[in-house]
Amino acid sequence: MIWLTWRQFRVQAIVVYAALVALAIALALTGGQLADAYRDSAATFLDQIGADRSDQTLYTVGVAVAYAVPAVIGAFWGAPMVARELEAGTHRLVWTQSVTRNRWLATKLGLGMLGAASAGGVAGLAMTWWSKPIDSAVNAGQDSTGTIFDLARLDPAMFGARGIAPIGYAAFAFALGVLAGAVLRRTVPAMAVTLVIYVLIQVAMPFWVRPYLVEPVKTTVAITADNLHGIMGRGPDGPIDRLDVGSELPGAWSLSDHTVDASGAKASSIPTWVTDCLLPPQKDNAEGRADQQACFDRLADQGYRQQVTYQPASHYWALQWRETGVMVTVGLLLVALAFWRLRRLS
Amino acid sequence: MSTVMRAEGLGKKYRRRWALSDCTLDVPAGKVVGLVGPNGAGKTTLLNLAVGLLPPTTGSIEVLGGRPADGPEQLARVGFVAQDTPTYAGLTVDEHLRLGAHLNPQWDDAVARDRIDRLGVDPGQRAGRLSGGQRAQLALTLGIAKRPELLILDEPVASLDPLARREFLQDLMEAVAEHELSVILSSHLVSDLERVCDHLIVLVDSRVQVAGDIETLLSTHHLLTGARRDPHTLPGDQQVISASHTDRQSSLLVRSEAPVLDPSWTVTELGLEDLVLAYMSGSKTVDRGRRAALEVLR
Repeated sequence: MIWLTWRQFRVQAIVVYAALVALAIALALTGGQLADAYRDSAATFLDQIGADRSDQTLYTVGVAVAYAVPAVIGAFWGAPMVARELEAGTHRLVWTQSVTRNRWLATKLGLGMLGAASAGGVAGLAMTWWSKPIDSAVNAGQDSTGTIFDLARLDPAMFGARGIAPIGYAAFAFALGVLAGAVLRRTVPAMAVTLVIYVLIQVAMPFWVRPYLVEPVKTTVAITADNLHGIMGRGPDGPIDRLDVGSELPGAWSLSDHTVDASGAKASSIPTWVTDCLLPPQKDNAEGRADQQACFDRLADQGYRQQVTYQPASHYWALQWRETGVMVTVGLLLVALAFWRLRRLS
Repeated sequence: MSTVMRAEGLGKKYRRRWALSDCTLDVPAGKVVGLVGPNGAGKTTLLNLAVGLLPPTTGSIEVLGGRPADGPEQLARVGFVAQDTPTYAGLTVDEHLRLGAHLNPQWDDAVARDRIDRLGVDPGQRAGRLSGGQRAQLALTLGIAKRPELLILDEPVASLDPLARREFLQDLMEAVAEHELSVILSSHLVSDLERVCDHLIVLVDSRVQVAGDIETLLSTHHLLTGARRDPHTLPGDQQVISASHTDRQSSLLVRSEAPVLDPSWTVTELGLEDLVLAYMSGSKTVDRGRRAALEVLR
């Protein structure tokens, strides 16, 4: 059974692993230089690599591959596994040999899962190793505005392409593909459904699941000239919608950031005079700064503070483990459904 | 073991339609059994139930004393060549034999290689590029080299040309003689089965119409022709299967254990094809009779 599984599966497996090996080689060749550059000039590291187009390209490609691996595995490994047999009628050949159909599926799922999890692991861990200096620099508070290196590894755009999360996603996508194929009985629709659901899950996780996997940190800070980044309002004299305060720590993932009033509730309206707190360049003198301070004092006196909820950089691995656990659990549930569905196929 | 397949009240329902209903059968061992009936009569359903590809909706089926597909031992005892003889298009002939060897503990590689040699098929050829006849032969090879006690074939020759048909059946018969297999073989053509089978099951409209050894069937069915006569006036042991009348003449196909001795009939021997056709059209004849009676009443 293992021989047959490998024989039917080897082309897809080789394509995915060849792509991963190519990525791993590119990362291995450049990772050393990146680490050296960080050791030599840690303080300006992000600005340095931000100017380097090839590092940016490689980083972007690496992230894209780490996200694409589970999708490709789900659509090209999982979906055809049962559906193609049903389409060609070969299930009637293979299920009437001296192997029960449960063992047939168990072998296919076992090998496929192993391959999927390893592929996810290779992608995630290779990216983790290569990006280590970047993550250290971001967590130390450097920024490289306008480039991809500005994003922390906790950022929703990065989280699933690093660490062990790709293992969970690959296992999940594979199981999803197999189940979709067994339910829809046709390969191409099963591939499409698998891709759509995988993308939806990737988008939904940072909104509805990941923020709650580890208890986030909630703090309230005073609004000062140093941390006020901007004011969002409608028109020059219109109502103020929100204040943008850069109060979270470097490398953190901000979940919510809003102004609260004296009662501690989310401020329903922010006084329009708060625009005076912003210092126009022509008033950048002692008098101007005193006015500005008075403005912030008035804001504090009236009880306005900024409440920030975030996942700090230190929660990274706890979040990675729990999200991987969630995806693997869902994947196993889909496997159980696939076995249940198998009994009804003919 | 005297029975290879026993069904009791067996039925299978797909959504709203019964593909097979109230099927009670006892198929003797050591025979080549033909399962014949028009397309859509439920032949494939019955055979798929026998190999455990389908679970029954009602009743029970036992094959070689066990429940179909109930574990690897039961699977190993029954060989199956499915309808349209599916094979893996991307795998070579040789890889199909390796598949058979890996998945069947009693696999007889010598038999398989020998058969492929005799067919003159290149073992390196992909199954997708074989002709229909060659593909059917490959599927049969897998079924025979598995060394089952019972081999079930679902319309194996339906898509073959007459020559390939004859070769396939001849080949099957040689294998049956050599390995002492019991065989159940379905077809919608009596002529395919006539040459190879010694037991027949006629399945029409999801019901078994008649089943028995062909010799017995032929000796207990008679075609009677004579002056026009109401079929109800026949003796009780003569069961009318089909009847047709002209103004002056009646011809009846009757089933009777005893010979028909009534001198007013001319008794003719029946061919197997006529017998099967009579059963296939039998249910319709009854309907027509009932409708005629209703018209008279009105």
